[in-house]
Amino acid sequence: MRVGLFVTCLADLMRPSVAFAAVKLLEDAGCTVEVPAGQTCCGQPALNSGDNADTRAIAKRVIDAFEGFDYVVGPSGSCMGTLRHDYPALFADEHGWRARAEHLARRSHELFSFLVDVLKVDRVEARYDGTVTYHDSCAGLREMGVRDQPRRLLASVQGLELVEMRGTEECCGFGGTFCIKYPEISTKMVDDKIAHIEASGAGTVLGGDLGCLLNIAGRIRRRGLPVRVIHTAELLAGMGAQPSIGEAVSPPGRPDVTAPSRGADFGGALRAERKP
Amino acid sequence: MHAPTSTFPQRVSIAIHDKRLQAALDHASGGFVTKRAAQVAALPEFEALRERARSVKEHVLAHLDTYLLRYEEQVTRQGGHVHWASTAEEAREIVLGICRKVNAKTVTKGKSMVSEEIGLNDALEAAGCEVIETDLGEYIIQLAHEPPSHIIVPAVHKTRAQVGDLFDEHHRPLGYTKHLTEVSEMVNEARQVLRGHYFRADVGITGGNFLIAETGSSIIVTNEGNGDLTQTLARVHIVTSGIERVVPTLDDAVTFLRLLARSATGQETETYTTVSTGPRRAGDLDGPQEYHVVLVDNGRSKMLGGPFREMLRCIRCGACLNHCPVYTSIGGHAYGWVYPGPMGSVLTPLINGIDKAYDLPNACTLNGRCQTVCPVKIPLPGLLRELRRQQFEGGLTPAPIRFGLKAWAFLARRPRLYHFKMRIGIALLSRFARGRAALTWLPLAGGWTDTRDLPAPQGRTFQQAWSARKGARP
Repeated sequence: MRVGLFVTCLADLMRPSVAFAAVKLLEDAGCTVEVPAGQTCCGQPALNSGDNADTRAIAKRVIDAFEGFDYVVGPSGSCMGTLRHDYPALFADEHGWRARAEHLARRSHELFSFLVDVLKVDRVEARYDGTVTYHDSCAGLREMGVRDQPRRLLASVQGLELVEMRGTEECCGFGGTFCIKYPEISTKMVDDKIAHIEASGAGTVLGGDLGCLLNIAGRIRRRGLPVRVIHTAELLAGMGAQPSIGEAVSPPGRPDVTAPSRGADFGGALRAERKP
Repeated sequence: MHAPTSTFPQRVSIAIHDKRLQAALDHASGGFVTKRAAQVAALPEFEALRERARSVKEHVLAHLDTYLLRYEEQVTRQGGHVHWASTAEEAREIVLGICRKVNAKTVTKGKSMVSEEIGLNDALEAAGCEVIETDLGEYIIQLAHEPPSHIIVPAVHKTRAQVGDLFDEHHRPLGYTKHLTEVSEMVNEARQVLRGHYFRADVGITGGNFLIAETGSSIIVTNEGNGDLTQTLARVHIVTSGIERVVPTLDDAVTFLRLLARSATGQETETYTTVSTGPRRAGDLDGPQEYHVVLVDNGRSKMLGGPFREMLRCIRCGACLNHCPVYTSIGGHAYGWVYPGPMGSVLTPLINGIDKAYDLPNACTLNGRCQTVCPVKIPLPGLLRELRRQQFEGGLTPAPIRFGLKAWAFLARRPRLYHFKMRIGIALLSRFARGRAALTWLPLAGGWTDTRDLPAPQGRTFQQAWSARKGARP
């Protein structure tokens, strides 16, 4: 089964370990994973700003890049929601492209729902000693139906306890360019989210969309709170112990026994780990 | 219909730092969400009702002219009068004309968002009428000289203590000297004060939750019974309603009534559901001598044939407000006009002009929760994005955002160039971070770094690291 990995622009630029984790999970499930170099971004920044012409141009590159794969899978409900739902609508008036966009949409899946719903994976080999809580990213939850799948996989992680926070389905205030255009509202929203995270007592917050996680981690860091932020894929791939998002390799003045450093070069770490 | 003098970001800033407002919003929104969820869980056919309501509304919108004419015919047959207003100004003139004709001095009002939309109270007062809002929430904000901040809970932004102070100020002169702290006492006192007004009223104005084409009836729902007293005790009853509120039959109205209370306040049903059909007939014990309906278009028929038609399904329940993380962060006044929250962010630009409310469609994370709770399944995020498209194509998007987007999209369309530039960019950013885990400041990124650190990139781009891995593999 040939799977094209939709890397997502944020994982590509800010946290490649999320994409490496996705590759590991897919390969462990028996997929042949390829990463087309012709991909950049799904185009949401343009789409959500009303710039449909540029979105279409970007979407055409994505459609080209993923031609021929059995499945297209990405570690983000938001980006995959764009491929699944928005691309076909964007080409409503362009016949040939509409059919190609629909063909891509049918093959496009968010990572956890692909693993659980399509590949019928129900457990992973991973260990994480700690209490975690899971933030349901909006697009994953409402556009892609991602809710139970990551929780089911997390249940198989040794040493992990999942506690549900209040308002797990409430938006964290990221919203793409929203968080920069309306920082005061965004900050209020992420503070509300962080209050729920803190009240849950969990030492780690997980999510399935890097945008939300950068937002939550950025605010947690600014406020100096001792909560780790990790993409669920990283934890499921056994990479939960690497420095969390925005976390120093060795935090000054706070020896962190839960997060032994494996060095910042996750690519190297992953390669080392994969050696027999 | 006041044009706000402040900007949206200014109002947001004020709202977010207003501790009393924040306390009131926290208190109210949590309650509505919980109560609605309990009602939905207790009604297995809730989803089926939503779908039925959606399809009834779609059917009506496809045949709106037919149903409106049928409704007019039935109202006339019952002895009432239907007036057609294509603009807010026309609607005000029609109501003022009726009031003048009957020499109205005192006008009582049930809650009506359409009357807020057309700016009726100011017009009536300018014409010398005494206007008394009889819905408790509307009454409170009338005393405070404020517009509503929520479409079903107009005074949701007021704390109990603030209401106690308002009653002290306005009811003392009437002989009510006790300072009130309990909600039940406040309700009772307001009832006593309002009671006299109902009997003195020349004209009673209400909204119309539903207009029934089959019978020519209008339906209102209230929790205080104030609507009944407003419309049966005045000499003249005027209904102000949007043209989209017509439904074919009483049976259809029941579908909507079952959804409305559950979606709005999380009640099984509102305390009072009142059907009025025409003026008092011979032998009736009460009821108005005249019955008028003012059907307000005000931009609605323009929406009918375009990409915003689905917005006309709205039954004004307020569920989208209660579940909107932006609304519950900033309250209704920040939106600058009578309709706040997701439905307001669609309606306000459509009624007042997309150039007049640039921020409203943009100040949304597109999280989609509003759509999942909407009882008539309006795709609000999609409509907001369509407004953004029209703003972008109409050149209303601010230049820095346009240029930034264009520059980024230029690269994103060219994968080779994009990956090359991004490799350099990420290398520079990593160097700028100099081993720190997160950046506290970055040029031109104040929107992010004023309140958040920017987690530093891990080092290389994934595409770069992936090429290296492929190369290293046997």
